Amino acid sequence: MLSVETYPSAAEAARALGPGARFLAGGTLVMRDANFALPGLSRIVRTTDASLRGVRTDRGEIVIGAATSMAEIIAHPDTTLLAPVARAIGGPALRNMASVGGNLFAPHPYGDFATALLALDARAQMADGAEIALSDLLARRDAPGGLVTALRLARPDAGTFRFRKVARVKPKGVSVMSMAAVLPRPAGRIAGARVAYGAMAPTPIRMPAVEQALEGATLDAAGIARALAVAAQGLSPPQDALASSWYRAEVAPVHLRRLLLEER
Amino acid sequence: MSSIEFRKDLFADERDDTLVEIGKPHQRQDILGHVTGRTKYYDDHLFDGLLHMRCVRCPHHHARIRSIDTSAAKRMAGVVRIVRPADVPRNLNTLLSLIAFGRDDEALLQPETCAYRGEPVLAIIAETERAARLACEAVQVSWEVLAHVLDVEEALAPDAPVVNPEYPNNSFDYYDRYDHQKLRFGDVEAGFSQADHIVEGEYQMSPIEQAPMETCGAIAAPETNDRYVCHTATQALFFSLGTTAKLLDLPSSRLHFIGGTVGGGFGGKVDSIVEPMAVLGARLTGRPVKFMWDRPEEMQVGAPRGAERWRIRDGVMADGRIVARSFTGFFDAGAYTRLSSYAIVKGVGHLPGPYTIPNVAANVYCVFTNRTPATAMRGFGITGVDFAIECQMDRVAEAAGLDPIALRLINAYRDGDMKAHRRVAKNTALIECCQVAAQKARWPLPAELERLSSREGGGVGDRAALPETVTDQVGRIGERRRGPVPTAPHEATGPKGRVAAGTQGVAAVAAAPQRADMQIDPARIGHRTDTPTVIPAAAGLPAQPSPQSSPQPAPLSHSASTPVRSPGPSLPPGAAAPSAAPPAAAPPTKAPPTTAPPPTAPPGAAAGQPPAPGSPAPPAATSPQPAPYTPDKPFTRGVNRPGVSRFLSGTRRR
Amino acid sequence: MPKTPVTFTLNGAETAVFVDPGANLLDVLRRGVGDLSPKQGCAQGGCGACSVRIDGALHLACLTLAETVEARRVETTGGLQQGPEPHPLQTAFMECFAAQCGFCTPGMLMAAKTLLERDPAPSREAVIEAISGNLCRCTGYEPIIEAILLAAQRMQGRAA
Repeated sequence: MLSVETYPSAAEAARALGPGARFLAGGTLVMRDANFALPGLSRIVRTTDASLRGVRTDRGEIVIGAATSMAEIIAHPDTTLLAPVARAIGGPALRNMASVGGNLFAPHPYGDFATALLALDARAQMADGAEIALSDLLARRDAPGGLVTALRLARPDAGTFRFRKVARVKPKGVSVMSMAAVLPRPAGRIAGARVAYGAMAPTPIRMPAVEQALEGATLDAAGIARALAVAAQGLSPPQDALASSWYRAEVAPVHLRRLLLEER
Repeated sequence: MSSIEFRKDLFADERDDTLVEIGKPHQRQDILGHVTGRTKYYDDHLFDGLLHMRCVRCPHHHARIRSIDTSAAKRMAGVVRIVRPADVPRNLNTLLSLIAFGRDDEALLQPETCAYRGEPVLAIIAETERAARLACEAVQVSWEVLAHVLDVEEALAPDAPVVNPEYPNNSFDYYDRYDHQKLRFGDVEAGFSQADHIVEGEYQMSPIEQAPMETCGAIAAPETNDRYVCHTATQALFFSLGTTAKLLDLPSSRLHFIGGTVGGGFGGKVDSIVEPMAVLGARLTGRPVKFMWDRPEEMQVGAPRGAERWRIRDGVMADGRIVARSFTGFFDAGAYTRLSSYAIVKGVGHLPGPYTIPNVAANVYCVFTNRTPATAMRGFGITGVDFAIECQMDRVAEAAGLDPIALRLINAYRDGDMKAHRRVAKNTALIECCQVAAQKARWPLPAELERLSSREGGGVGDRAALPETVTDQVGRIGERRRGPVPTAPHEATGPKGRVAAGTQGVAAVAAAPQRADMQIDPARIGHRTDTPTVIPAAAGLPAQPSPQSSPQPAPLSHSASTPVRSPGPSLPPGAAAPSAAPPAAAPPTKAPPTTAPPPTAPPGAAAGQPPAPGSPAPPAATSPQPAPYTPDKPFTRGVNRPGVSRFLSGTRRR
Repeated sequence: MPKTPVTFTLNGAETAVFVDPGANLLDVLRRGVGDLSPKQGCAQGGCGACSVRIDGALHLACLTLAETVEARRVETTGGLQQGPEPHPLQTAFMECFAAQCGFCTPGMLMAAKTLLERDPAPSREAVIEAISGNLCRCTGYEPIIEAILLAAQRMQGRAA
């Protein structure tokens, strides 16, 4: 039947992961599956390792422990940048539980925080010491293996980070889509933009076509026109009770414009 | 918080303003339990040795069961019992059978062909919920997937797959005659031909899930006195008790149902599925059994308010008077009847909305599709068509170039007006509502409309009269299987009948009271009555001819909500008129034109229709009236023997 | 199936219970301990009916692995009333008709209590945010918001 294994360190917990096992952090994903007796789940692996929790600054980068909750992100002075993203997730009780690391593995339509981290070009630190680009981790997140212990990200230039969550219910709606962008403008024009979408594909994804279209553009209605034209290029967004695939693709340019130009 | 304004100036003389509670804040009597968390919902009753029951469900819209392999599930840890369709003593029911309306069409556990996604085929009782879930996963069902139909009008096509074998035409049979509920009042075609504008619109409502916070469920346990106690979230305790007694073939005296505390219902907790399941489980295992839907089940198999599609055609004069209105309505019942057939009877009594329109016709279809069966939800039967009617009123206002509130005032019904279902309107207040709403919205109204009153101008002349009514026979049961048949009443082809002006009707009451003293006397329950009330004879006693001294072959008119006032004998509407009904073959006073065929379909939202005049009165044998239920022996068991479940936890350990 | 012993305080009282592996806190509170005040509405974190407080922070009992509350402080609506009179939040809920079927009420009260501890004079927006994880299907949210604001007002008056 179901078993729970508790390990003193993250490394030991990571080694214990294997077939039928899931790592429990905040519990919002794993316990749901346990409650509904999902056949694939037979072992719950957890750790009492306190180093998995908390925010610190290391060599100028923000380091977020994978078990850090959304509420802690909101409260910590080093993550004010990400506070609006964390605040957009769930209700107060859920934010006390849901972890940053868990959000990377949240199935569609969840994963708004991962979308923001993706735009911020975060790297995942694994329990075995490896460091993986978040986009690589997301691409193979359903394959077993490894335990994320922390997320590392460089602090973007002031005023360049954008996040937007589109939900039908406010507060606490589930995403029709979420969008995040970092838009560096060293000489008034966008250079090296990073744009990510959530709930527009099976996992949060980067949007290279949009990023290329923004290269060298000015951040105004005329400048972003080309990017809006390719807002949903190559996507076949998921279809669910919140929105049809068609709808998601159709309104993506509208929300991208609002994101880029910070329109309400 | 008070945003309620009491307009006691309106209709002041109709009330003795002696209300002591209304309009004053008052605490709910159960609220202390709610805020302390002490209110006991069904799942708050603790039993030792509680077992958990869950269902194996059909993953397809329409599929036949080839075989079921439970060998793996049977061997799993914690599995106590596998419950099969054959374990249900009487595995076929329709919810309204308790009031003799419709035929049994739904199995508690489906043995053959599933007609909607999520239909249960098997149940597993296990020591824990987790064990029951895992065992259900381990059951292998071999499905033969069948063609399905999800749209009401596609389901009425001649070649549509049969959804519900009890109703092979995919529509509920009304009064053993038509595949829809008819309403005929006046002559809509004549109305349309005199109108300056014809305005048509189609309106549609999707199914709506009640989504109560507490999901449907029940816990049943054997008591020490040979009864079963059942704690349930039902909104209809005696309905659930009666249904359980029927499906499990148990005298109702052996069922001890406890309910009344519901964690939100909104109509979604009347279907009486969880109770027979839980009691069956307790009966088969001898232990307490909980049968509780989880949230996904509540959404997928919990019956919603059904989808509706309405087409309305209005004939409008240049001055805004609507002179004819025709409705074509489709209720999506889903795979089984549940309460949809009744919702239609109720809804048709509401047509054409709160307006006085001289010519009204409606054809409303209760259609079976391979969707989740529909049931009650707040105002069901009315809500969808009211949405349609009020959208249509705006569309008419636009077409006629009139102010939308003025249009409603012009057409509003007033006290004394005859409604299409042949009841006189009283206590109407649409005019005053519109006036107050316009005032609040600072919406200017012409002075003459400001002066209108619901109590003036109604009930005079044509407004009070029962018009000569044109009838037709289109849409006989099964007709649509042979080829396309028009659905709208104004498109009816074939012979027409005419029912003389002034023809009232005889009400049909769904189920006869079992004993004469069970008949409700309006005088006794405090309704003001301005006319002497005739109490219909109880079935089982000799039925009396209508005391109404009508010379007409008084056709039966529908009365979903007013059986009390009915002057005629009680008739189950599913049955043809019994021979004791008004003399059906008596000639009408006003003979129909010789060229016209004799009137066949009666006017009104015809319930329990008499046969066509001229045709022989039906021999009682062709459609015998079902005898009212009488117990074989008097109920004694359990009544005087208080018992308690030996599984009840003695303490709340805190 | 080996059970795990868990010791915690429930509404101030020392509580010990053996839990099944993987059991959630909601089942343990309700069936193991007998505190029936938290309710199960969805078992997946969507409705908030199971909201309880763990070390003063609002949590969803249905998504909390029971054994993680070892040595922690759990509060439920069952323990909200301290002494002979109901808690001011309970009184305000009663007066404002902030409960109809009552199924969401225990969770709402836990969310409200958490808010007022952090923010004794909340704005209407703060109240809406605080109960945003708690669904109600009958009374509508207005009387609930009103009751929380009324309780805050009264509790402020008492503190002053």
